[in-house]
Amino acid sequence: MAPSRQRKNVLLFSIIIVFTLIVARLFNIQIISKYYRINAENNALKYETLYPARGLILDRNGQILVSNKITYDIMVTPVEVAEFDTLEFCSIFGIDTSFVHSKFREYRKYRSRIGFQTLPFIKQVSGEHYNIFIEQQYKFPGFSGTPRTIRTYPINAGGNLYGYISEVDAAYIKNNPDYKQGDYAGRTGMEMAYEEQLRGEKGYNIYLRDAHNRIKERYEEGEYDKAAVAGKDVTSTIDAILQAYGEELMQNKVGSLVAIEPSTGEILTMVSSPGLETSKLAEINKYYQEIVTDPYKPMFNRAVMSPQPPGSVFKLVNGLIGLQEGVITPATAYSCHGAYTVGNLRVGCHGHPSPLDFRRSIMMSCNTYYCYVFRAILDNPKYEIIRDSFTKWKEYVESFGFGMKLNTDIPSEQAGTMPTAEWYDRLHGKNRWRSLSIISLAIGQGEIGSTPLHLANLAATIANRGWCYTPHLQKEMPDNPIDPRFKERHYTMVDTSWFECVVEGMYLAVNGGPGATGRLASVSGLEICGKTGTAQNPHGNDHSVFICFAPKDDPKIAVAAYIENAGFGSTWACPISALLVEKYLNGEISKERKWLETNMMNGYLLDRVTVSRR
Amino acid sequence: MGRSIYRKLDWTIITCYIVLVLFGWVNIYSSLYQEGAFMFDFSMEYGKQIVWIGSSVVLALLILFALPPKIYAAFAWWLYALMGVLLIAVIFIGANIKGSNSWLQIGSMRVQPAEFSKITTSLALAHLMSSKFDFSFKNRSDALKAFLVLLLPMLTIVLEKETGTALVYLGFLLMFYREGMSGWILIFGLSVIGIFIMTLVFSPYISILIVVGLVSVFVSLVTRKKWVVAVIIPIVVLLGFIPSLVSDIGSVEKPATEIVSMEIDTDDAVDELASIADSNMVSAESESPSKSAVVLRKFFSRFPAEIWLVFALAPLILGFLTKSLVKRQKVLRNAMLSMILGICLVFSVDFLFDNILKDYQKGRIEVLLGIKEDPMGDGYNVHQSMIAIGSGGFFGKGFLRGTQTRFDFVPEQTTDFIFCTIGEEWGFAGSLAVLAVFLVLLIRLINSAEKQRDRFIRIYGYCVASILLMHILINVGMTIGLMPVIGIPLPFVSYGGSSLWGFTILLFIYVRLDLERWR
Repeated sequence: MAPSRQRKNVLLFSIIIVFTLIVARLFNIQIISKYYRINAENNALKYETLYPARGLILDRNGQILVSNKITYDIMVTPVEVAEFDTLEFCSIFGIDTSFVHSKFREYRKYRSRIGFQTLPFIKQVSGEHYNIFIEQQYKFPGFSGTPRTIRTYPINAGGNLYGYISEVDAAYIKNNPDYKQGDYAGRTGMEMAYEEQLRGEKGYNIYLRDAHNRIKERYEEGEYDKAAVAGKDVTSTIDAILQAYGEELMQNKVGSLVAIEPSTGEILTMVSSPGLETSKLAEINKYYQEIVTDPYKPMFNRAVMSPQPPGSVFKLVNGLIGLQEGVITPATAYSCHGAYTVGNLRVGCHGHPSPLDFRRSIMMSCNTYYCYVFRAILDNPKYEIIRDSFTKWKEYVESFGFGMKLNTDIPSEQAGTMPTAEWYDRLHGKNRWRSLSIISLAIGQGEIGSTPLHLANLAATIANRGWCYTPHLQKEMPDNPIDPRFKERHYTMVDTSWFECVVEGMYLAVNGGPGATGRLASVSGLEICGKTGTAQNPHGNDHSVFICFAPKDDPKIAVAAYIENAGFGSTWACPISALLVEKYLNGEISKERKWLETNMMNGYLLDRVTVSRR
Repeated sequence: MGRSIYRKLDWTIITCYIVLVLFGWVNIYSSLYQEGAFMFDFSMEYGKQIVWIGSSVVLALLILFALPPKIYAAFAWWLYALMGVLLIAVIFIGANIKGSNSWLQIGSMRVQPAEFSKITTSLALAHLMSSKFDFSFKNRSDALKAFLVLLLPMLTIVLEKETGTALVYLGFLLMFYREGMSGWILIFGLSVIGIFIMTLVFSPYISILIVVGLVSVFVSLVTRKKWVVAVIIPIVVLLGFIPSLVSDIGSVEKPATEIVSMEIDTDDAVDELASIADSNMVSAESESPSKSAVVLRKFFSRFPAEIWLVFALAPLILGFLTKSLVKRQKVLRNAMLSMILGICLVFSVDFLFDNILKDYQKGRIEVLLGIKEDPMGDGYNVHQSMIAIGSGGFFGKGFLRGTQTRFDFVPEQTTDFIFCTIGEEWGFAGSLAVLAVFLVLLIRLINSAEKQRDRFIRIYGYCVASILLMHILINVGMTIGLMPVIGIPLPFVSYGGSSLWGFTILLFIYVRLDLERWR
């Protein structure tokens, strides 16, 4: 072959080799590697999040408690803003030019961090301002308006219960990776407890954008878009009218009021006073400082977060334990002449007829009686050492729900306090304590602490004659069932047969005539059964406590009221509870009792309350 | 001029031309497409390209039917000289566009003389190499003249800051090869590039070892002495591992007394010393390093690894060289000379890289070689380009639906990066088709040129093929990350008046000349 031909072939061959290399490379990046396709999508596709409407919260009768309303934010993309007439802009919204100037100074300062982002400029402008702005939007490049939904509260009640929503922060996102920056989530209260149901599902519109981040067109005409799914509405067990009424009764007092429907465990009302006005909830950021520094702590849900000694109300528990343990019978009677004394120890009582049998001990709330009962339980020869008998007693008490979280759906529920044998061993020395050393437990004082919810649960348990359902705030609905744990009955360690005489005692306490500590709760026709309590407070005035339920047979409502620093249980907690019951069962207060309602509502107890200024 | 020769028009070449030009226009349109775009919108590139295409057709027809073919040879030198003047003029009075001083502004039109000087250089070379009956590259003065004719425009273009276009001129070397230039020059050229790449990607040390290794392989093949390879290669490989081994040892101990560079090493004799130092260091792990270790370390860290290697190799190479000169062993002499040359090149790479190349050029090469990953900076264009092409898949995204090219993610998408639109919208299938058309064109040109009886025409044909080949390789290679980013257009396809006119004239002169063999 002539050398030139050979050379020609070499050249042709080389050319083909090189083209093959190019084709191989193309094959690699176009067919084999996914990297480029993914990056192309990242480049060009822009997902615009569609936020769903948040579910509503309704009361047990379908009334709207928490709803949504549209508010408008004015947004700005600083990098796109060109020269504009500041005066004209400000006149649309009625704001000052200094606001605009200071904002833009800030944007200039942080411009490298801001980059291409869009930021809120003015939040929550009114509808009219928004509409005017939209018409003139072309004059203000870089500015846009977004509608947003915020919560609104048709009824001013339940402020403590609902909680608030706010934008998620980095810590929240870390624990809940489903959320992204810019999302809102319920942070406290019911908004938090039912977050998953209320939030719905975000959707998105997909747009194509160019290298300068400008939106160009809809991707595939919206074929791949996803619509937002609105949040589910949650029906709560709360009765709106009753809740509002309860808050009115409790105004200017510190404490809580809880009402449960015994047959289901549904919470009808949960008031914590001082509470939070719902109007402040909607704009929580604005009022946050004010709320957090308020010495009365309005955000604090006293109904579940405030463990206090139950006082005489606790005698019912000790009575039931005594009956179950067989150390007393309904006929057992003890004499009391104003106090219970053993050696140097003296537990005072008030003046009342003596002796009293079981039922009348409840009616007149005799401390002496229960000191005897308590000692009989602990000194029972069945148990060889105090440790065993105490532990057994503790088990009984815990079977009523005391000393533990009730496992409700209320966030931030507290367990209360419950002493243990080990604790007393450490305090007094091992086995160097006796029933007398801890006698204050007999009358619900001392180391025991319970929340008003515990007390309301106790009322419901007794109303049911020995069992209860876990109290809960969400109502079971056909399309939205609740957790099955709320449908389990919990029985105490005391046999149901003993409860009837306790009920009778409680009936007497209200309706038994002279000597009955709960006289103020007597309403004709309602057969309210109750028990007063006066929790001693070493730091100030005693706390007023009362539990009750009505009607006596087939009860519909069980109530617990705990009012701090109010004095005797009979003076404040008792009438307030009764009014709530009357309101619920009758719909209104009878003419004869109106004076009581007025007195209760106007009662100003805040100056009696000792607050910690921390 | 009988009309009969026109029946012999090379329709393959003409068809390829038409296909490429039209397909080019389609892609220019697509990459700039907005809602409601009008094809004949003359403010947009696709509108303007219609004008260019129209005028190119006119030019082509002129060349085919109006201009007598003999003028090309006759005026070759005049045109070459004229173009030379223009090329120099443009440096001084030219408009500076995108960093290069290579444009002449005539009214609202802009022209690049560099595009046309490819034609004049081809003609001049063809004339030079065909007018002298016994022109041969073996003849020193002949070869020198040819290189001069080639280099003058090349250098001028480099001065215009159009390094990319200058690179295209290297393609002429392929034509030289066909016409008798020694293939060694091409191999030399490729080796230089290879050394450059190896030194940058690996290290001068490794590069030297590879040079030694390859030369030995070559010697072994030529002299058929297999033992050469069997001896040298293992040594080379062993030497290759030493730096990494030694620096491992170095990293175990923490010198308590002084900070010492980890670059110990090289040479078999040194291995022993290193292992002594090694055992010393190992035993003194938790205490201060033994004196001998420190001394050795200090000693070896004076010079970088490659210097030690050269110290070790120098006596061997020089020894063999002398032997070959004395005993007249040509192969050995050439082998040793190339080793020396290779080693010098290795050392020159760093110097060239740091001092001659501009920063952005350095960056582009580093990104290309994978030394540096900079998808936001220097690597941005290529990264976006590969994303665009890569996202095309097998069938592409479809006409007008290339998201990357349409939304400005790829820069220069109508000119230098036009292949991205093709790759994104027409996919692997489409890209393959375009490359196939180019390949057909090139093969056709070469085979056609080969058949010429007239040397002038043959040489010119090879020039055309070489120029087109270089453009295709560099342009397409750049968009897929095989070549550094060098801004040159894709023939017939890219937008641009000068570019399209230039390539049209280049090609159609050949088509016309080709007919002459049928007289």
